Amino acid sequence: MSTRDGIAAATSTEALTTELPAGRSLGWWGMVMFVATEATLFACLIGSYFYLRFQHGGPWPPDGIAKPALLRPLMMTAVLLPSSIPVVWAERGIRRGQRWRLRTGLAATLVLGVTFLVLVATEYAETLREFTMTTNAYGSLFYVITGFHGFHVFVGLTMISWLLVASLRGGSFGAHRHDRVRNVAIYWHFVDVVWAAIVFSLYLTPRLS
Amino acid sequence: MSTTAAPTPGASREDLARLEEGWGERPSLRSWFSTVDHKRIGRRYLVTASLFFVLAGLSALAMRTQLARPESRLLSPQEYNQLFTMHGTAMIFLFATPMLFGFGNFLVPLMIGARDMAFPKLNAFGYWVFLFAGLFMWASLPFGAAPNAGWFAYVPLTDEGNTPGLHMDVYSLGLLFLGIATTAGSINFIVTALKLRAPGMSLNRVPLFVWAIVATAFMVIFALPALNADNALLFLDRRFGTHFFDPAHGGNALLWQHLFWIFGHPDVYIIVMPALGIVSAVLPAFTRRGVVGYALVVFAMASIAIISFGVWVHHMFATGLPQLSYGFFSAASTIITIPSGIQIFAWLATMLLGRLVLKVPLLFVIGFIVTFVLGGFTGTMFALTAFDQQVTDSYFVVAHFHYVLIGGAVFPILAAIYYWLPKITGRMYHEGLGRWAFWLFFTGMHVTFFPMHLYGLFGMPRRVYTYPNEPGWAGWNLVATAGSYVLAIGLLLVLIGVVHAVRRGRPAPPDPWGGDTLEWSTDSPPKPYNFPVLPQVHSLHPTWDETSRTSMTEGATDDRIMADGRRTLATSELDGRRERTVDMPESSLQPLLLALAMLVFFTSMLFGWYPVAIVAGLVVAATIAVWLWPTRRPEQELGVR
Repeated sequence: MSTRDGIAAATSTEALTTELPAGRSLGWWGMVMFVATEATLFACLIGSYFYLRFQHGGPWPPDGIAKPALLRPLMMTAVLLPSSIPVVWAERGIRRGQRWRLRTGLAATLVLGVTFLVLVATEYAETLREFTMTTNAYGSLFYVITGFHGFHVFVGLTMISWLLVASLRGGSFGAHRHDRVRNVAIYWHFVDVVWAAIVFSLYLTPRLS
Repeated sequence: MSTTAAPTPGASREDLARLEEGWGERPSLRSWFSTVDHKRIGRRYLVTASLFFVLAGLSALAMRTQLARPESRLLSPQEYNQLFTMHGTAMIFLFATPMLFGFGNFLVPLMIGARDMAFPKLNAFGYWVFLFAGLFMWASLPFGAAPNAGWFAYVPLTDEGNTPGLHMDVYSLGLLFLGIATTAGSINFIVTALKLRAPGMSLNRVPLFVWAIVATAFMVIFALPALNADNALLFLDRRFGTHFFDPAHGGNALLWQHLFWIFGHPDVYIIVMPALGIVSAVLPAFTRRGVVGYALVVFAMASIAIISFGVWVHHMFATGLPQLSYGFFSAASTIITIPSGIQIFAWLATMLLGRLVLKVPLLFVIGFIVTFVLGGFTGTMFALTAFDQQVTDSYFVVAHFHYVLIGGAVFPILAAIYYWLPKITGRMYHEGLGRWAFWLFFTGMHVTFFPMHLYGLFGMPRRVYTYPNEPGWAGWNLVATAGSYVLAIGLLLVLIGVVHAVRRGRPAPPDPWGGDTLEWSTDSPPKPYNFPVLPQVHSLHPTWDETSRTSMTEGATDDRIMADGRRTLATSELDGRRERTVDMPESSLQPLLLALAMLVFFTSMLFGWYPVAIVAGLVVAATIAVWLWPTRRPEQELGVR
């Protein structure tokens, strides 16, 4: 075909679109769908919490277990929810090609996330003296739901450390290539929002009744 | 239009050579394990799911042989329990969905004019996980440790006290393992269908089969987590002493049923919907026209996908829930028959208005309509609470869901095997043999399952390993057993037909049926890169439409050939406007390694080797980290300041 020569190749859509990617990437959709299915999983667990609680009737928590203390979970919330801000700041930075912002932002989130997990550990150290996973259904729900979320925070922190190592190596991310940063950011925001739902369901609602 | 050969490629000889270099795989042991080609993976799904179908079918034959006469002692009660549980679990989880995902894997990229799935390595990983999860579950049977409490595994029967041993741990861990494959596959289908459609394929030009796969994938995304949560809680209760399902410690046994059926009813449609998509794909070729009411059929699929989440309690009408909830779910279960009816009438109208070509695939489609509608009739009977409570847990239920699932899934799957065999293998099947297979299967199916309606109404409960000589039971059971052998012979002829086609069949032309979708515009079997030139789509029936066809020949342009490396086009989600080229990954052993590490994880969880499980978990994390590690690029290309 006559159109097939060097000039045509240089001006083809392919050559032009490598400069400025248009539309959502495949990875973006993949991560959004993954988060959707994970969110449903948490919805099932929190739904089970309320189902067992209302089917049980009577005082909640049952068997003389004290209502959950609020100070520590509120501190945890104050650490975890704002931890999304440095991620957003880092992502915006790398979109402009500013690697230092990516590195600083990820490091800040890492510190906040680890602080959250340390707080979870201190909370468990206290509650485990009062009740465990095998005490009753309330104990099972409390530890499985918070533990499953804690595991998600741990996975999210692993992803962020992985991004940080890749960005410190150099040659990984820039204004034109930052899909992975964006996908990890979506996952991290999801882990944050789920925590808000857990604080509301497991810590605040027992005080409403 | 029925004689169209594959278009003479609009790509030059050099382009074809470069495409072959980028996409072709030299046959070797390594490439067998490392391939990411959606066609090879799709074929593997089909073969593996068929293997599990044969195992589950042989389990059924053993049960029917036992039930032929009253007071039979061929099988022990323990063996019978494992056989009916594995039969149900394998047919639902290891045959129906993977088989339809196999067709989806092979066909979706071809139907939308792409060169592979959106995430080819994830696709390969999904297959290996499916294979290992299936083997994980079946391997328990020779050791007498197979699941043994029915495919829906109700507590309290399945708690540790009532069913000790590994049986139900195999069930919960096996399904959790398999769930990874199903979820990965579904995400892949959604992203592929949203982003990789050929330019010009706006949403109103997407083939009905692709719509069906996407609707199914969305149902999986939102339904499967309920099953996963349920199985995780069951495993924790059994192994680690939690009390989710234990009423003595504040738990509730009905929680299991709710979570199970929140998954379980959408799952009926997860199985049936892609099969209905097959029907919509087969009909145009054998009626010589498009399916009547395209938009209505799409609407029906979308509404079924949504309403299916609001009907689960109709599986629990005998559990003593409040009457008000029965009223709601009874109404929802009745409403969902409307979109199902729309589809049935659309197909009937298509056949009425079209010119019928009575080949084997169409025979199976007609067999599907007859059988599925009969199953639908008994289905509307179950939507009425009063009737349901009379016949629940009797053979009437067994008759109903075999009509729905064999009618709604197996008939379309058999139609699909005959319809796409030329495309998948490049060989034609033997028409006469196919007709024999159809009539034996059709007859055998009805002779087996119709009598179950009767002796169900006569009061015979399901899941009994033997029965006393009650009036009306023994005779009809013998008829059902005889029917099951006829059915098995029919299926054997299908298998013989496939083997015969692969070995002796005459070579298939690119478009033996005069089909309307894009897979008929390329070679049989397709080249590793699917299309030398990606099409520019101008209508709902691109292979029937001159403009779309010539876009792959005389109208070819360089930006739709993309001969260098492994590339395909990404387009916009709604309108199918071209956005960018996408680099597809090379073949890799990482998917196999990741699936193996997960197999080790689940096996060590089963046997309680927790340190090994932790090591396997670390290998999983490390493999994913290496898999996704960004390649090093020059700063200028990245755009660093």
